[in-house]
Amino acid sequence: MTSQQRPLLIPSPRTPGKEELPYTPVLGDSLIPVSSYPKPSSGMDSNSQIEINENPHQVPGFIRNSSSQRSISSIQSKTSSGHSVREVNFSETSMKTVRHGSRGADSGGLSTSYKEISDEDARLVYVNDPGRTNEKFEFTGNSIRTSKYSVLTFLPRNLFEQFHRIAYIYFLVIAILNQLPQLAVFGREASVMPLAFVLFVTAIKDAYEDYRRHRSDKIENNRLAWVFQDDKFQQKKWKDIRVGEMIKVSGNETLPCDMVLLSTSDTTGVAYVQTTNLDGESNLKTRYAKQETQTKNPEKERITGLIKCEKPNRNIYGFQANMDIDGKRISLGPSNVILRGCELKNTEWAIGVAVYAGRETKAMLNNSGAPSKRSRLESHMNREIIFLSIFLVTLCTIVCICHGVWLRRHKDELDLMQFYRKKDYSEPEVENYEYYGWGMEIFFVFLMSVIVFQVMIPISLYISMELVRVDYSNGKASTDDLQAEYSVQADGMVLRPKMKVKVDPELLNLSRRKHTDEGRHIHDFFVALAACNTIVPLTIDTSDPSVKLIEYQGESPDEQALVYAAASYGFMLIERTSGHIVIEIQGEKQRFNVLGLHEFDSDRKRMSVILGCPDKTVKVFVKGADTSMFGVIDKSSNMNIVKATEAHLHSYSSKGLRTLVIGMRELSASEFEQWQSSYESASTALMGRAALLRKVANNIENHLNILGASGIEDKLQDGVPEAIESLRMAGIKVWVLTGDKQETAISIGYSSKLLTSKMTQIVINNNSKESCRKSLEDALLLCKKLTTVSHATHGGSTAEVSLALIIDGTSLVYILDTELEEQLFELASKCAVVLCCRVAPLQKAGIVALIKNRTEDMTLAIGDGANDVSMIQKADVGIGISGQEGRQAVMASDFAMGQFRFLVPLLLVHGHWNYQRMSYMILYNFYRNAVFVLVLFWYVLFTGFTLTTAITDWSTVLYSVIYTSLPTIVVGILDKDLSRTTLLKYPQLYGSGQRQESYNSKLFWVMILDTLWQSIAAFFVPLFAYWESDVDGSSIGDLWTLAVVIMVNIHLAMDVFRWYWITHAAIWGSIIATFICIMIIDAIPVLPGYWAFFEIADTKLFWVCLLGITVGALLPHFVVKAIVQYYTPNDLQIAREAEKFQNQRVLRHSQIEMNPIFDPPRT
Amino acid sequence: MSSEDDSSQSHSKSKKPKYSRFTQQELPSCKPILTPGLVIGILLCFAIVFIPIGLITFTATENVVELVDRYDEDCIPLKSPHNSENERAGFIRDAGTNKTCVRTLIIPKKMKPPIYVYYQLDNFYQNHRRYVKSRSDHQLRYASHVSETKTCEPEATTNDNQPIVPCGLIAWSLFNDTYRFSRNDTSLEINKKDIAWHSERTKKFSSQVYPKNFQSGSLIGGGKLDEKIPLSEQEDLIVWMRTAALPTFRKLYGRIETDLEANDQITVVIQNNYNTYSFSGKKKLVISTASWIGGKNDFLGKMYMAVGGTSLLLAIIFTVLYLLKPRPLGGPTYLSWNRNRAAVRES
Repeated sequence: MTSQQRPLLIPSPRTPGKEELPYTPVLGDSLIPVSSYPKPSSGMDSNSQIEINENPHQVPGFIRNSSSQRSISSIQSKTSSGHSVREVNFSETSMKTVRHGSRGADSGGLSTSYKEISDEDARLVYVNDPGRTNEKFEFTGNSIRTSKYSVLTFLPRNLFEQFHRIAYIYFLVIAILNQLPQLAVFGREASVMPLAFVLFVTAIKDAYEDYRRHRSDKIENNRLAWVFQDDKFQQKKWKDIRVGEMIKVSGNETLPCDMVLLSTSDTTGVAYVQTTNLDGESNLKTRYAKQETQTKNPEKERITGLIKCEKPNRNIYGFQANMDIDGKRISLGPSNVILRGCELKNTEWAIGVAVYAGRETKAMLNNSGAPSKRSRLESHMNREIIFLSIFLVTLCTIVCICHGVWLRRHKDELDLMQFYRKKDYSEPEVENYEYYGWGMEIFFVFLMSVIVFQVMIPISLYISMELVRVDYSNGKASTDDLQAEYSVQADGMVLRPKMKVKVDPELLNLSRRKHTDEGRHIHDFFVALAACNTIVPLTIDTSDPSVKLIEYQGESPDEQALVYAAASYGFMLIERTSGHIVIEIQGEKQRFNVLGLHEFDSDRKRMSVILGCPDKTVKVFVKGADTSMFGVIDKSSNMNIVKATEAHLHSYSSKGLRTLVIGMRELSASEFEQWQSSYESASTALMGRAALLRKVANNIENHLNILGASGIEDKLQDGVPEAIESLRMAGIKVWVLTGDKQETAISIGYSSKLLTSKMTQIVINNNSKESCRKSLEDALLLCKKLTTVSHATHGGSTAEVSLALIIDGTSLVYILDTELEEQLFELASKCAVVLCCRVAPLQKAGIVALIKNRTEDMTLAIGDGANDVSMIQKADVGIGISGQEGRQAVMASDFAMGQFRFLVPLLLVHGHWNYQRMSYMILYNFYRNAVFVLVLFWYVLFTGFTLTTAITDWSTVLYSVIYTSLPTIVVGILDKDLSRTTLLKYPQLYGSGQRQESYNSKLFWVMILDTLWQSIAAFFVPLFAYWESDVDGSSIGDLWTLAVVIMVNIHLAMDVFRWYWITHAAIWGSIIATFICIMIIDAIPVLPGYWAFFEIADTKLFWVCLLGITVGALLPHFVVKAIVQYYTPNDLQIAREAEKFQNQRVLRHSQIEMNPIFDPPRT
Repeated sequence: MSSEDDSSQSHSKSKKPKYSRFTQQELPSCKPILTPGLVIGILLCFAIVFIPIGLITFTATENVVELVDRYDEDCIPLKSPHNSENERAGFIRDAGTNKTCVRTLIIPKKMKPPIYVYYQLDNFYQNHRRYVKSRSDHQLRYASHVSETKTCEPEATTNDNQPIVPCGLIAWSLFNDTYRFSRNDTSLEINKKDIAWHSERTKKFSSQVYPKNFQSGSLIGGGKLDEKIPLSEQEDLIVWMRTAALPTFRKLYGRIETDLEANDQITVVIQNNYNTYSFSGKKKLVISTASWIGGKNDFLGKMYMAVGGTSLLLAIIFTVLYLLKPRPLGGPTYLSWNRNRAAVRES
């Protein structure tokens, strides 16, 4: 199903010249939608430098301006009649139907184009008749509610949502258990407290957020729109708009609901919309009103009709409908609807019929979050939680078994024992009092111990982790695991979206000489560049009224680049409507009629435009990928040019430029007429329109004269080579997956320092499974040989065998999902660099899965294009680069960033910090809760195993809420083991996360030992100090509470790397808060422990105990820490010391000694 | 899609979050590092603080004079081992038997007042869950809440549903052995005033609440109370009701406010009323002086000396190690990748 949808999700058309998915044919029918994927992989789109190549000196006399003059007039009359210029243009469909109204519905090819929408699945909208439309089904009104709750529903709904979290269920179960009289360990209030607290805090947060949403909803709902009522357009609030109503929107206004365009101010029915709010893409999209409705003016004649469209869905790039109007049935596609949230631009007004309103609009339906991913740390933690649960159950079992034994041993005494009194004599009949038999008592004790020891499972950890994560996420990121071991990247983001045209003065001069052959050739070349595209020029006012800027808006950055290039040579595209374009050629405005346009599609891999030129000739200009273009070029006439161009192309692509070939042919009148008639019939065909159009295009695009070739350089973004080097030094394996050609990919590999000349390249480039198998085996052999050789030379160090694997998509077709995968993985994991070229989007995901399924390693995918979406979603961490290719990658990602190089600080700095903090937090939380539980447990051993707690209920509950929570959160958010500069300077430090230095089972067990010791110290020091004394339970309980809290907070303080005032405030504040809380609790006269703290704090013994416990308990931790840090320092420790003490020295040294960090060892 | 939510309002607004040092995590900070000097210094500090405190504490507790006399075994006339617990319990329960018991104690060292007289119970779980819960603090504090006895089961009401004041197992099991002291045939006065906490006498136990229906059931758990004295003045009850933390505990019985000389012979006349026989508990009489650190318990002193000594030892070891095998802090050659390279170079 995704494969069905995905094409629709990818609107941005690719530049002609892109290669088709190499593997399409193999996939077979089931995946056909993918094959029509408009965007043949590859990411390199943002281009900066354009080299226009022309062969000025070899221009042949190809201008055979034959007879088309007479036909021009007729053509013009035709165009002006207004019919179907739109229709005309289009050639084959690929998915990028954005352009052409009439083709919307069939854009998906035959499979979807004429599918009738069955009545059950359809919504019927009577145009201009909201009453009838809403008669049968009350469609949603246009008022929106992004808010979740109303005053009434807030409590139940919010609670319901909150209890979706497993942690809360745990709290709830414990609290409910505690309400059973037999199990009431805690006071009623105390037991509900933690749950109530968390629920309350979350509810407050939700309520505030919802209040804000309410407010913005209100503003939104009360905006005004012009709605057709009582035969004229009247203002109406957005929320009152109903489905079926006609709405008039003026330029620069936001659309109130999803509507089908009826007419626009443009005579041809074009409207431009900006979809920034919807998908974040800032370029203009063209939408079309149907010709049938375009001419109608609702204020003059009544429009009636019936639109039968799909049920509301969230696919913002898809729409299917039919419209019955004036007895005709026309099909509507995504290019005929304008969606809520978009802005109308460059169009004076547009009239449309509301088809989806309110929460059924696509914008609203898309208003939901992305699925979340779990970090490895978190799943690791779950393992530890299971261990802790076992520990908890063990404790509880010990308690209940001991209790059972105790009951057995005192069986005969229980009846009258003063402190047990099994018998109740208060009633005439002597009965057992709260005694349900031996077995049940044991069972109850078990449950009670679960209640008492509940803090053992650090549920609060999940909550504080959530809090800590808020710090990083900004609401978008869903994973905090930045410990990537593999970074798979699409290459697109490497490139910088800036235009810089290199103007060759010689060429410029040549282009001005109009009357030579050369000049004409060049003239045509630039006209082709300026015309053969779908770019819309926008005039922008500048501060100086006499100067106007033209901005080229278009969906393909490559096209943009070419138009800019043409402009810089004096061929400035000034105006484009569906019927004509105006190009200012050397200062002189010339008008070309657009007679037809065959859009780019992935089969032909070229696009063409048929222009009626000012000199009354009709020419077809074609631009396309070299492979496809050489097939249709008239080779007979000028072999020289073809050869020269081929040579140029070769040199371009090996320089890493993306190449396009441009050709042209003049059409004779008969040719043109023939084309025109077939084009018209094709474009009005009801069945198989796409295929017919493609055929028409193929017929006209042949025998072309070659005009020249262009090469577009993908300039690397700033800092890409450095970033890649850093990542590799950090021990991250960088794989590049690109849709580009192999030569291009390799050259980019070199320029981004991914490949170096020292590397041995293994190229796998095969067309069958058998040959793939063979090359894989060969490669593995070679690999082994090289490794052994390096063993010999380097004496055991396997370090720097630099192998680069270059594999193309075709080979991957035979490898992925077959048994060869294993070999590929084996080979790839031996290589320092893997470069996959001509990879299809789904293959990208497949490669990510290849790694993910076979190793425990984390994968990070970074990409900028829609074709990277599947990969981004598949990887453990998906990062989207918001570039020129739209926002789909960003929307699918966990993190979004503007440039590739930001990946380095994200991983090396934030990823590192995050890992350090999270892992410490998890360990610390285990420790913190376990210490407390163990203290409770030790005491239980002295109470006849009856779960009495000396520590008051309230302290037990407040322990994880007030006494110790804040420092954990503050440290979890703020602590930094190393500064940003250090981390960036030594990318290798990132390896500590990959080696799991901060959280591993060894550390976990050491922590458990430490916990045991500390709990023993905290419990037994007071026990022995107060042995055989008249101390009461509450007093010693207060001592235990304080001892544990102080100990735990100082333990944290010892591990804090960096002290901010907030850290101080949190840690010392927590200890003070504990004292205050205990004082408050002990000042309540109706609690049994009344005044206990004040009495015991009055004795010196108390304070001596407290000091003794703190020092005695933490001494081992301190000593072990000091020894480990001093004698077996890890890299982080050294770097930390260096940061503090020897910044200067290291700097000085690094100039001489430390620089060649990544060079291979010099032997 | 949070951006969707606010995009309607914030077209013009930049998405850039407001700069703050907190969100940018650029607050001023200090980064302590455990240098050898610091470690040794801290350890020495511990040693300097702990050893003296340990010594002071130890000597203080050593100077405490304490006499412990277990009398429950001896104060039962049926002493032969054949007597089952039941028989002993029967003896103690029988209201008719004479339970007077005379003990003689020799003072080992001079004792200065205040000399505390405690009774000590062993194996009595005053912290047992059933027991601890069985009380009503409201009833003790407010005269109006006298009938609030729900939490006191199974000693909440009498058979005819009258509330028991004070209710609950704790009060019901009030310790009721009495001691009379005499030295050389002159009686020694025991001051039983102010043995309970002041706070409890004034705030927790009301002067308006008088005992009622107490120990009126068929099963007597312990002492009886004078119904004319309000709870706030029933100090033995107050002391008893502050439940002990551990199954072996002492409770203050009274104070002797005269000097006791070494070798003084003290005669104690004990009314051995309290039944610890049915659960093999022990009863002891304790006479003890007190130091600033409490009773005769040298644990803390020893612990402090141990901790201080260990710190000192560790400080010395660290110093030696540091002198023998110093490591320059932050030396880049110790970074793992540099070490590896060095190794490669050597080879």
